[in-house]
Amino acid sequence: MKIAEEKKVLLEVANLKQYFSVKKDSIFKPKTYVKAVDDISFVVNEGETLSIVGESGCGKSTTGRSILKLDEPTGGKVIYAGRNLVDLSRKEMRDLRGDLQVIFQDPFASLNPRQTIKQILTEAMTIQQSVPKPLQKDRMAELLNLVGLPTEALNRYPHEFSGGQRQRIGIARALAVDPKLIICDEAVSALDVSIQAQILNLLKKLQKQFQLTFLFISHDLSVVRHISDRVMVMYLGKIVEISDKKDLFDNPLHPYTKALLSSIPATNPSIKNERILLKGDVPSPINPPSGCRFHTRCPFAADRCKTEEPALRELEPDHFVSCHFAEELAQ
Amino acid sequence: MTELNEILLEVKDLKTHFHTKHGVSKAVDGIDFTLRKGETLGIVGESGCGKSITSLSILRLIPSPPGKIAGGQILYKGRDLVTLPDNEMRKIRGNDISMIFQEPMTSLNPVIPVGEQIAEAIRLHQKMSKKEARLKAVDMLKLVGIPSPEKRAKQEPFQLSGGMRQRVMIAMALSCNPEVLIADEPTTALDVTIQAQILELIKELQARLGMGVMMITHDLGVVAETCDTVAVMYAGNIVEHASTQNLFDDPKHPYTRGLLASLPKIDEDRDELYTIEGSVPSAYNMPVGCRFASRCEFAQAVCLEKKPDLIEQSDGTKVRCWMYSDEWAGAKPTEEVFN
Repeated sequence: MKIAEEKKVLLEVANLKQYFSVKKDSIFKPKTYVKAVDDISFVVNEGETLSIVGESGCGKSTTGRSILKLDEPTGGKVIYAGRNLVDLSRKEMRDLRGDLQVIFQDPFASLNPRQTIKQILTEAMTIQQSVPKPLQKDRMAELLNLVGLPTEALNRYPHEFSGGQRQRIGIARALAVDPKLIICDEAVSALDVSIQAQILNLLKKLQKQFQLTFLFISHDLSVVRHISDRVMVMYLGKIVEISDKKDLFDNPLHPYTKALLSSIPATNPSIKNERILLKGDVPSPINPPSGCRFHTRCPFAADRCKTEEPALRELEPDHFVSCHFAEELAQ
Repeated sequence: MTELNEILLEVKDLKTHFHTKHGVSKAVDGIDFTLRKGETLGIVGESGCGKSITSLSILRLIPSPPGKIAGGQILYKGRDLVTLPDNEMRKIRGNDISMIFQEPMTSLNPVIPVGEQIAEAIRLHQKMSKKEARLKAVDMLKLVGIPSPEKRAKQEPFQLSGGMRQRVMIAMALSCNPEVLIADEPTTALDVTIQAQILELIKELQARLGMGVMMITHDLGVVAETCDTVAVMYAGNIVEHASTQNLFDDPKHPYTRGLLASLPKIDEDRDELYTIEGSVPSAYNMPVGCRFASRCEFAQAVCLEKKPDLIEQSDGTKVRCWMYSDEWAGAKPTEEVFN
């Protein structure tokens, strides 16, 4: 639990847009876009864990990638340390990458199979010049110790490790450059529960030790509940709700959040939740529904929802929701 | 559940081994269970515990070589599937026992309309004209809740969403009215809201058609939601076999208890999660004693020397752990350990 001290904003995202063009049927037709992330704004405070949850295709991973400029954003601002990352050149961006690190879902795909762990860590430290050459060896031993791997691991290749261990290597690499913010993109999704618990504990420990800030992207709501301070729910490229973790799980305001929470299987068969079953699938982001994007699946949708897009508004202190009828539904 | 229903499937001391250049991997090493009509049996465990190999063994889909059913029996209504000739087995597969897999995209043919694929499965087992089979396929699509089934039947798999494809798989699996449905991680690739739809659908169809369902999963939430009984597997063995209610209310095996404790709970805050230290022993080199002993906090000398049997407890739960035998001398763990 965080103490309610004054919050310092570490990263500010304003009106971020990320469109991808789609292949056209004919050259005479206008260009069509997948609006993967469509005009979202939020802040990440220093030392907190902000989670982004949502179903596949809601834009949660794209948000993470746009912040790091792994994909060039279409519009908007990402302000870090007083600078707008969107305007930076590749070279300027590279200097900042030491502060902004990422851990991916599949640790095997994100580690070079032909490099030993030593080479992987050395490369990261050299590019970012975070550790002078003579000290690198000691730093590597320290890093491995931090993430709970033996020092012998240095001369081994990624394939010699299990999934959980590889994820530890990914974490060690991110830590090697002394980052401020780590984006964890489904960092524990590919792991078995017992290993997942180990990695979650490790992330929490490291956060305390180094005052790290996490942007935690996940589809697993139980994990999110465990690790976050604040949670942001996305649907079809939009933020539908953002709030303190406790408020969001105890008192969800948006109908989508409610449905999402109710569809988690309970881990005790004697608890039978009232389940809100959503009909149908998520609509295509190429041609999202007009008005509120959730109206096609929303059990409470009215005429207004079909035409007018709801704005994200602060209904309760620090609890933002984008639904026309949030007040009525809260009762 | 206490009703004595007809036993559909009886697996006795099943052993599936893989002979590779590294040695013999005992992926499934002596497991027993029964499945009755109308029952849902969950088989749960982490990657590599042998849960999928168990289901593939039942349908005799183990690639051979290197795999081989090295021993035991799989009795389907009294007939042993292990020794059945291939052509007889083919009649059972998809007709009496059918299966749905995790990733529908890889199990559907990408260039054939889905209705056609279902019709093909029907015509393989039933005497029907092409036209009749096609109509039946549309009926099946309607049964699994696909909107405008006539239109969808003519579409290819890539035109359907993930949830819809899984519904097609279920339609295909159910098209010949199987007695046993094996669902191997049917919702793992799906989003939670779609997962809820699919689980609801399987439950509803089971109630209507009265099949026995084997639910293979790594997700204890799915087990709690759908199963009557559960078998927890670890390193090729069943370590605990209990009713779902007992498993969650009163888990016995240290592995089961650790697994439940390491799960982040949606309705509970805690700073640190319980973790099971270490990792699963290699399938090529299983320890002689209890396979969980090296990771177990309560292990005694006996655990390392002798492998425990499945011991039945007073509440009907069977557990493979020395702690629950009469010879146990050490301390019994209390709830606090797992908090």
